[in-house]
Amino acid sequence: MPKTKIKTPKKKKTRSNATAETMATGQRDISVSEFFAKNRHLLGFDNPRKAMLTAIKEAVDNSLDACEEGGILPDIYVRVLQISESRFKLTIRDNGPGIVKAQIENIFGKLLYGSKFHRLKMSRGQQGIGISAAGMYGLMTTGKPVVIISKTGKRKPSHEVVLKMDTSKNRPTVISDEEHPEDDTLFADGHGTQVSIELEGKYQKGRQSIDEYLEQTAIANPHATVTYVTPTNETIVFPRAIQELPEEPKEIKPHPKGIELGTLIQMLERTEQRQLGGFLTKDFCRVGATKAREITKGAGMTGQTWIKTVGHAEAENLYESIQKTRIIAPSTDCLVPIGSKALLAGLLKEVKAEFFAASTRPPSVYRGNPFQIEVAIGYGGGLSRDDSAKVLRFANRVPLLYSQSSCCSFKAVAETSWKNYGLTQPRNSIPSGPLVVMVHMVSVWVPFTSESKEAIADYDEIRKEMKLALQECGRKLGTYLRRRKRMARESERRSVFERYIGEISRCCNSLVGADTDKLYKALLKQAKRRTDEADAQLDDEGQLVDDNGRLGNDDDVIIVDEMRDIPEQEDSLFGNSDKKKSKKKTKKKVKKKTTKKRGKK
Amino acid sequence: MAKKKTNKKVTKKTTKKKATRKVGSAVDKKRDDLTKKKIESLATSIVTRSLSQKEPTFEIPTRSISNMKYNKKKRILEMGPNTQTRSLFNLGQSRKFMQSLLLAKGCRDLIDAEKTLSLRGMYYMGLHTIPGTKEKTFNDQGESDGILEDLEVSLDGLREELHVFAKKRGTMVGNITVVDNGDEINCRQMGSGGYAIPSICEPNVMQFKKCEADFILHVEKDTVWSRFNEDRFWEKHNCILTEGSGQPPRGVRRMLHRMHKELKLPVYCLLDCDPWGHYIYSVIKQGSINLAFESERMAIPDAKFLGIRSKDYDRLDLSDDVKIELNDRDITRAKQIAAYPWFEGKREWQREIKTMLNNGFKMEVESLITKDISYVTEEYVPARLKEGDFLD
Repeated sequence: MPKTKIKTPKKKKTRSNATAETMATGQRDISVSEFFAKNRHLLGFDNPRKAMLTAIKEAVDNSLDACEEGGILPDIYVRVLQISESRFKLTIRDNGPGIVKAQIENIFGKLLYGSKFHRLKMSRGQQGIGISAAGMYGLMTTGKPVVIISKTGKRKPSHEVVLKMDTSKNRPTVISDEEHPEDDTLFADGHGTQVSIELEGKYQKGRQSIDEYLEQTAIANPHATVTYVTPTNETIVFPRAIQELPEEPKEIKPHPKGIELGTLIQMLERTEQRQLGGFLTKDFCRVGATKAREITKGAGMTGQTWIKTVGHAEAENLYESIQKTRIIAPSTDCLVPIGSKALLAGLLKEVKAEFFAASTRPPSVYRGNPFQIEVAIGYGGGLSRDDSAKVLRFANRVPLLYSQSSCCSFKAVAETSWKNYGLTQPRNSIPSGPLVVMVHMVSVWVPFTSESKEAIADYDEIRKEMKLALQECGRKLGTYLRRRKRMARESERRSVFERYIGEISRCCNSLVGADTDKLYKALLKQAKRRTDEADAQLDDEGQLVDDNGRLGNDDDVIIVDEMRDIPEQEDSLFGNSDKKKSKKKTKKKVKKKTTKKRGKK
Repeated sequence: MAKKKTNKKVTKKTTKKKATRKVGSAVDKKRDDLTKKKIESLATSIVTRSLSQKEPTFEIPTRSISNMKYNKKKRILEMGPNTQTRSLFNLGQSRKFMQSLLLAKGCRDLIDAEKTLSLRGMYYMGLHTIPGTKEKTFNDQGESDGILEDLEVSLDGLREELHVFAKKRGTMVGNITVVDNGDEINCRQMGSGGYAIPSICEPNVMQFKKCEADFILHVEKDTVWSRFNEDRFWEKHNCILTEGSGQPPRGVRRMLHRMHKELKLPVYCLLDCDPWGHYIYSVIKQGSINLAFESERMAIPDAKFLGIRSKDYDRLDLSDDVKIELNDRDITRAKQIAAYPWFEGKREWQREIKTMLNNGFKMEVESLITKDISYVTEEYVPARLKEGDFLD
């Protein structure tokens, strides 16, 4: 994608009155890498803190993608080593299939190089910018090259590649490329990749931190184990919650309604098909012979029309005809949602709440791109009661930490009226209370608002699906809260009665000599019977509320009874409460031992 | 000397006690037995209901304006037939149910011990922490006071019959001698403080001995009463002077009622010209909503309202300084009072309240002091009495 840029001539005292010729001397190609080097904020490298997060994010996303594609349960190791005040060394290691030697330099040294851009398949990465941009940022800020160690199989030696990037040519420069059999111990499974980037950064805990990102990654990827060594040399392990890999998403062809006229013309130019009928049925999904006939007829052509004869005007007719024709929505087996069960498992291990509910919407389509929305909520327990709810946003299992308010999912949460479900909600805002809302969008193409992939663009179709999913979870929460309130009321009632009947029995004994014990027992029996009656009240939908209630049989709901009465924990999700810390610390000890052993091997 | 004195005192005390018992017990015994029986039957019904697995309940006549009836013939407020059920297994009533029984037991114990207690005493008598909890049976005296009133109405027994009395309030002075608990009290020699009207003025405790007074003047507050007493108004005009510290307590009202009924003394009220004063008059005359069940023993339908009148501002040419602006609450209250059935048909009262509302201000009795310190005792009241200028 060469771009031209007009250089303004140097200012003189008088105007230079440049001619086309003089101007032409300043006009030349600029490489993509150069462009992004200057506009690094577009990729999420605006400031040192965010840059470090983005670098880790890109590397972890790539690792997870690689592992899943290779059918391997991901085991990710992230280490942030502080070298000096503002300099860090990031190391990210996975147990993926590894990268063949020849491709390493392209993948890590070239912008817009990758396997994911040219296909319509659900994956974390999309454009092939991320990791090479991270390396470029490191090189620019510290001058240090990127070090990649990769091993593709048990019998194959690991090789270490040291890369520098030539920004003006968008080409990698390999500094050294050696086989390092001694590095084999890095990869316990016999394969994997490790990237080390040295860069200028800033480490800070709290919101939008590396810790938060990894925690949320663990929620959305319950099939992965993430080990994180912080700059303070603490080891935090986010353990695997489910042992199955998500299904592999299928690659799909574009849907006729999902393309624009320009794309259509481009596809017509590039197609291997020779006739229109073949073009429509082979290069698109959901178009059979009948539909192809309908489209071509609508455009005043036939399936036998030669592609060569289709000019601009014909293409336009074709485009119009496609818009008018009813075409089935794209197949959705290309989408692999996390699934309610795994979602709950992920949330359960990272969020200290008492009530969990999840909802997975059926797939839907925006602009011809299939997508699917999943929502999970956690309520109560150790979550903070005073703040507003926390919204965790995900796209294709990747946590989104920045630009919250411009994100479609955030808007959907704010638009849902949570008051119906027993929560308080300020006007035009997200609800308040001990609530965590997780919104996940999976799609073959997630419409981000920018290249740095921070927020999902606001499509009506997407927002509607999000709201429907949120409402479904909200209803379950409402049922639960009402039930909890009623239970509290009933137990309160019973305890009140029990308190007073003792007094009454004694009074009656003193007044008319009635047997205190006998009277007490009779009254207690009555109190129990009366409160039991109330327990079995009909709920608001006219169904009998039994012991577990309707929620008891719901697979998408988890109620952690022992969490109900635990004290509120200070910012339990992100701030690392005391309780959690201690838990982690015990884990840390165990982990340390294992890493040591590994080192000795 | 000292020894002798103490001896004397002791003997005196014992005689006193004997005297009271003699006077009181004859009448009391019957009443006490009846009250005791009522309390016990309440408990019995609760026990039988509980043992047969029915909800323990008891009925309380409703003490609200909706259950009040104005008896036009008797010209007093009476309680209607409505009752409310208090049940144990109702979250809002459970605690009150327990408290009612506690206090009922307390009253029974008092009757057995032949002693009386103040409202505050009753609060302490029922007060303890419920075993196994941190909850107290009563949070404050207000709670036990309300329950006692409930008990009174539901047992159809007066507070006195339950051996409970309120804190005394109100003073009296005048041409009368009474016997209070066996002691003779000459109300002509009460100094500047006056005789404190006891809270129980039932015939078994209080008897009238010698009365030369022609009428009773009841004033609203202690301050006004002091003015009248200092000026020896009761001596000059041969009357009894009483005061109820605002809304008169039961003792004062019962005293007024008995003097009115038994000694045939007319009652004149000197109250502030504001809705509060008008309401005090209404309570003296017709009875109060809360104690409607006792109206017959307390209300004085013939009581007259002597002042302050709303026209007094013009009539007496008072200065502007005495005006106190009516606030919104005063105005709504005045309208409510004007709509009471016993004021509704009285044109003079309607005019009085209307004038006050038109004036837009209220006046206190003390405002007459701006004319002269003793204007109220020397000019105002004598003039009104002479002219017969009062509201009925």
